[in-house]
Amino acid sequence: MANTPDSSPSGAAETQPRALGSNATARGPLESVELLSGQPRRRRDRRFRLLCIGTAAFSVLILVGLLGSILIQGLPHLTWTLTTNGPEPDPQRAGIRPAVFGTLWVCLICGLLTLPIGVATAILLEEYQPKSRIGRFLYGIIQLNITNLAGVPSVVYGLLGLTAFVSMFGLFGTAASDQDTQTSRYEIGVRYFDQFFSEGERAILIPVDSASAPMTQPVAGMTALNFYGEEIQPTVLSPGQPLPTDETLQYTLYADAEAGRITQQAWYYFSLPLGRGVLAGALTLMLVILPVVIISSQEALRAVPGSLRAGALGLGATQWQVVWNVTLPSAMPGILTGSILAMSRAIGETAPILIIAGIVYISRAPQHLMDDFTVMPLQLFNWISRPQEDFHSLAAAGIILLLGILLSFNAVAVLIRQKLHKPLS
Amino acid sequence: MPDPLTTRGASPPSSLESPREATFAAGLNSAPSRSTAQTAIEIRDLNAWYGEFQSLRNISLDIPANRVTALIGPSGCGKSTLLRWINRMNDTIPGARASGTLQLGDTDLLARTTDVVDLRRRIGIVFQRPNPFPKSIFDNVAFGPRLHMRMTRSQLQDVVEWALRKAAVWDEVKDRLGAPALGLSGGQQQRLCIARAIAIGPEVLLMDEPCSALDPASTLAVEDLIFELREQYTIVIVTHNMQQAARCSDQTAFFYEGRLIEVGPTTGVFTKPKQKQTEDYVSGKFG
Repeated sequence: MANTPDSSPSGAAETQPRALGSNATARGPLESVELLSGQPRRRRDRRFRLLCIGTAAFSVLILVGLLGSILIQGLPHLTWTLTTNGPEPDPQRAGIRPAVFGTLWVCLICGLLTLPIGVATAILLEEYQPKSRIGRFLYGIIQLNITNLAGVPSVVYGLLGLTAFVSMFGLFGTAASDQDTQTSRYEIGVRYFDQFFSEGERAILIPVDSASAPMTQPVAGMTALNFYGEEIQPTVLSPGQPLPTDETLQYTLYADAEAGRITQQAWYYFSLPLGRGVLAGALTLMLVILPVVIISSQEALRAVPGSLRAGALGLGATQWQVVWNVTLPSAMPGILTGSILAMSRAIGETAPILIIAGIVYISRAPQHLMDDFTVMPLQLFNWISRPQEDFHSLAAAGIILLLGILLSFNAVAVLIRQKLHKPLS
Repeated sequence: MPDPLTTRGASPPSSLESPREATFAAGLNSAPSRSTAQTAIEIRDLNAWYGEFQSLRNISLDIPANRVTALIGPSGCGKSTLLRWINRMNDTIPGARASGTLQLGDTDLLARTTDVVDLRRRIGIVFQRPNPFPKSIFDNVAFGPRLHMRMTRSQLQDVVEWALRKAAVWDEVKDRLGAPALGLSGGQQQRLCIARAIAIGPEVLLMDEPCSALDPASTLAVEDLIFELREQYTIVIVTHNMQQAARCSDQTAFFYEGRLIEVGPTTGVFTKPKQKQTEDYVSGKFG
């Protein structure tokens, strides 16, 4: 301090005479110090920049190589068949449509569940800070847990999802997809029928009350439904009698005919436990990305200047009004960007879905929340593990499609960020 | 020197211009003639702590209604703390507590049961740095009324115009009410923040170094405004600027290390301080 001539020294330093005229004493201890040459420093600067460029170029090169090989292998197979057909044994006709819909369903539901829960948690942790020591201690524990959960391998979440969502700790009986008709479970939006035969439009259906009802035996005079749901009176013949040849054949059956139990599930079908359905998968993926969403939302909220909160509080806003009118709108771009990046991670997750859904043959898009499903990474994994070369190329085409969906998600993130981003102070 | 008064729509009463000019000459304004004011805020034996640190010690002070009270003192002397206790902004700080009496009329400002939301509607605050919300100019001023009142669109427009006129920024912003508030200059932003505080009809306006982040021209504009606003509001202003305290306050309180050293009419405190510490501080020997 004392060697800058214009600073006014205080205290003991003031007794020293100030050498304004002599430059030598003005530099003080700096007098005997050698100046570094700029040359080696600049060289080091240049070298570091080259190192940075090199590392960046290396990673870009790897990415280009990866994308290139995938494009070369996959582009010839990237046809409409891929997006319109289900999985087939013939690679020329196989498609990925059910998996695409499975991925979209799971990610959409996962996003709808994760966003409110994650943002609400972040608001609690950032905006409603406790004042008591015990409260702060509890918040510390919660924060530590969330940070740690972000690093837990997703397979672990898969196992948790299997216990907590698929079978719900066995609290509500057995899952619907386990095909155990003897055990009761809680469900709505489903009807059960005993079906005697089904040949094209020739069918006789007897409505039954529940999955665990005893099988219907054919008796004369019973009421049944035909293929179109119209009420009919089927004719029951004793075994050995000849079948009619006219159109009444449609409604004729033998007394010893055996029925099969079928289910008809509405779009709002819901059952407890959830079973290996879309909802269980989405909930499990929610567990995987929730810590990431919470942490990125917290960062976004923390970036809102405290002066804005003080301004709103000073105008007599309640804590909720501060959050809703000031903090949340300002933090929204950050929250959305973080959430969409987390969603991109969810799209690519395979391990937890593998545990929830298993490798099953799924030929159609999910119809309701409890429906069996598969997702794109699982389908790709399935194809890659097959011996035929054609399936590998099909998988490459599927990867291009998956990358396309991922990139469009990220593009939305960038667009939202640019549209909402405003300077805050 | 650019005269900020020329940009105003409503020309201020001429009586207000002369005291300010006189203030420049004498460094003071004519406070004694206004000494018979009612007490708006009554402070008795106020002690305050941040955790273990005692920031205010046995403060007793009357803040008169429709006057400007300046709180001066070196950094860390507790003047901002006192300001933040008056509208309970300290509630957000963990470990902040206070004892003693702090009364606005019949309202006990320290009571746990006091509704701070209603309290802050009655006691507005303007901060050191202009902090408009990242919204339009209109929405900034309409923010408070929308929180506290049910009104029609045209009523709201009237309130916004009235507040902006009172804060002397109406002429500068009337053509761009929908424009973002952050596009205004620092001085305009601060006057917008004052308009925002006025728009909910407070009785008291607290100002925490409202001019410290502003350039001299904007400072003058805000000081003029303060001088004018005391006709309707009780104003408490914290400032590091001696001349500012001398120019625009009626009563001055000098704080040092959490204690109230001296309080009195601004003229008295600046010309004939009773305490040695006050004299040293106002004459610039320390602080």
